[in-house]
Amino acid sequence: MLQIKNTSLRAGDFTVSNINLTVASKEYFVLMGPTGSGKSLLVKAICGIIPIQNGSIHIDGKDVTNFEPRRRQVGYVPQNSSLFPHLSVADNIIFPLKFRNINKKNATKKIQPIVDALNISSLLERTTLNLSGGEQQKVALARALSFSPKLLILDEPVSALDEPTRCEICVLLKTIQRDFSITTVHICHNLEEARIVSDRIAIISQGRIVQTDTFENLINNPKVEIVKKILRLKGKD
Amino acid sequence: MRLRKPELSTDVVKSKRNGLFVVTITSLVLFVVLICVLILADIFYLLHWSIGFAEFWEILTSPQVLDCLRRSFVTSFIALLLVVVTAVPVGYALSRYRFFGHSIINTFVDMPIVLPPVVLGISLLAFFGSPLGSWIKEGLQHYGISLVSSVGIVMCQYIVSVSYCIRAVKASFDNVDKHLEHAALTLGCSQGQAFWCVTLPLARNGLIAGGIMAWARAIGVFGPLMVFVGTGSRVQVMPTNMWLELNVGNIENALVVSLITMAMASIALVCVHCMAPGRKWV
Repeated sequence: MLQIKNTSLRAGDFTVSNINLTVASKEYFVLMGPTGSGKSLLVKAICGIIPIQNGSIHIDGKDVTNFEPRRRQVGYVPQNSSLFPHLSVADNIIFPLKFRNINKKNATKKIQPIVDALNISSLLERTTLNLSGGEQQKVALARALSFSPKLLILDEPVSALDEPTRCEICVLLKTIQRDFSITTVHICHNLEEARIVSDRIAIISQGRIVQTDTFENLINNPKVEIVKKILRLKGKD
Repeated sequence: MRLRKPELSTDVVKSKRNGLFVVTITSLVLFVVLICVLILADIFYLLHWSIGFAEFWEILTSPQVLDCLRRSFVTSFIALLLVVVTAVPVGYALSRYRFFGHSIINTFVDMPIVLPPVVLGISLLAFFGSPLGSWIKEGLQHYGISLVSSVGIVMCQYIVSVSYCIRAVKASFDNVDKHLEHAALTLGCSQGQAFWCVTLPLARNGLIAGGIMAWARAIGVFGPLMVFVGTGSRVQVMPTNMWLELNVGNIENALVVSLITMAMASIALVCVHCMAPGRKWV
């Protein structure tokens, strides 16, 4: 589904170099690493928000390296949810459908299964400004799913939430991913979060992917010191 | 040995805070009184010379004053339109893009704010005396457009007020989180659509406030007009009319026009205040 080949990118002095990554269709893939390791930069490149220096990005077999973000069919939930404060919750969710020539009536019908799955129908008429952190993330997720993207990218979707809400949202994310059969890339730096949601995990450190495996294999067989360090440190959280 | 945490005397803090409170609030009150005195001075002067409402209305509705009012409004609104058309893209470029010489250009944009207005008038005069300016002037004259007309007035108003609006619009775009634009791009917007549907609505209040400030500045332009278009009856606007009335000793007429200008400035300020987020009146 997602293939990243020999990709390098740069932001200021920081470089993410020679990334090779394959995410299978309908897989829940977690990208994990310490703060400043290049996770967010890499997903922004997948979304097309920042350009890559070399290499290529393929989504669903198509080379999207030079595609603008809207043509990549990627649903992106940014770190701070980035809901549009001048729109109601409902208008936020149908926002992507406006640009796909779907009228409001049909759009409202189309988002109903997502709204039901996320249990946010009571929020639809509210403004986004007075939503709780968990509610904001649910609305941002509904908005990202509303146009049936091929790939869902979640950039630290629960990092700003308290522990109980974090677990609840993680379970919900996994359920949604299964129910909607959508390939998902989830960024986090919390071991427990990764354990709940992941099919596979890639550990990224200083702009390089150092190991990719299932949660159990990573715990039982960390191949490099940095993986041990990340897992051990995160395990204490 | 355990070190004791230094204790702050709450009385000292309280008395210092009270001292600061007294100094700042006194300054504020004195300043407000100064502004009120200046406004009231105009009204008392008119009352002293027995200029009541009937006389005030007579001066206000005289053909000359009405002509100035109409010209001031028409030219300042045309200038405002040009200001907004300039300020939105320029403010956005300064806010969102980083390029070689950004800081210098960012400072340079403020030049019309810091320059004495007369200098801008002289610069306009010099420009239209240059080969390029002469060519433009001849081109306009070919179509029967003279610079000593409302066109010249609009040019002066534009050049004096545009930087105020650019500054306000840039600040307004700065306040819009660019991650919202990124989100919009991934959700199906082109860059133009993201600007139109997300950034512009979120920057709307700052844009309107900037526009009102620029308009208030434009309607009060005086120095450049004196230099560039003069004070002929076909190019008289409110500030030049006030000056001419003062010159011939009609201080009452000048005061009536100045009160109208003050009233308009007050309305503009109220509108700007309305645009501020979380506004409170009391």
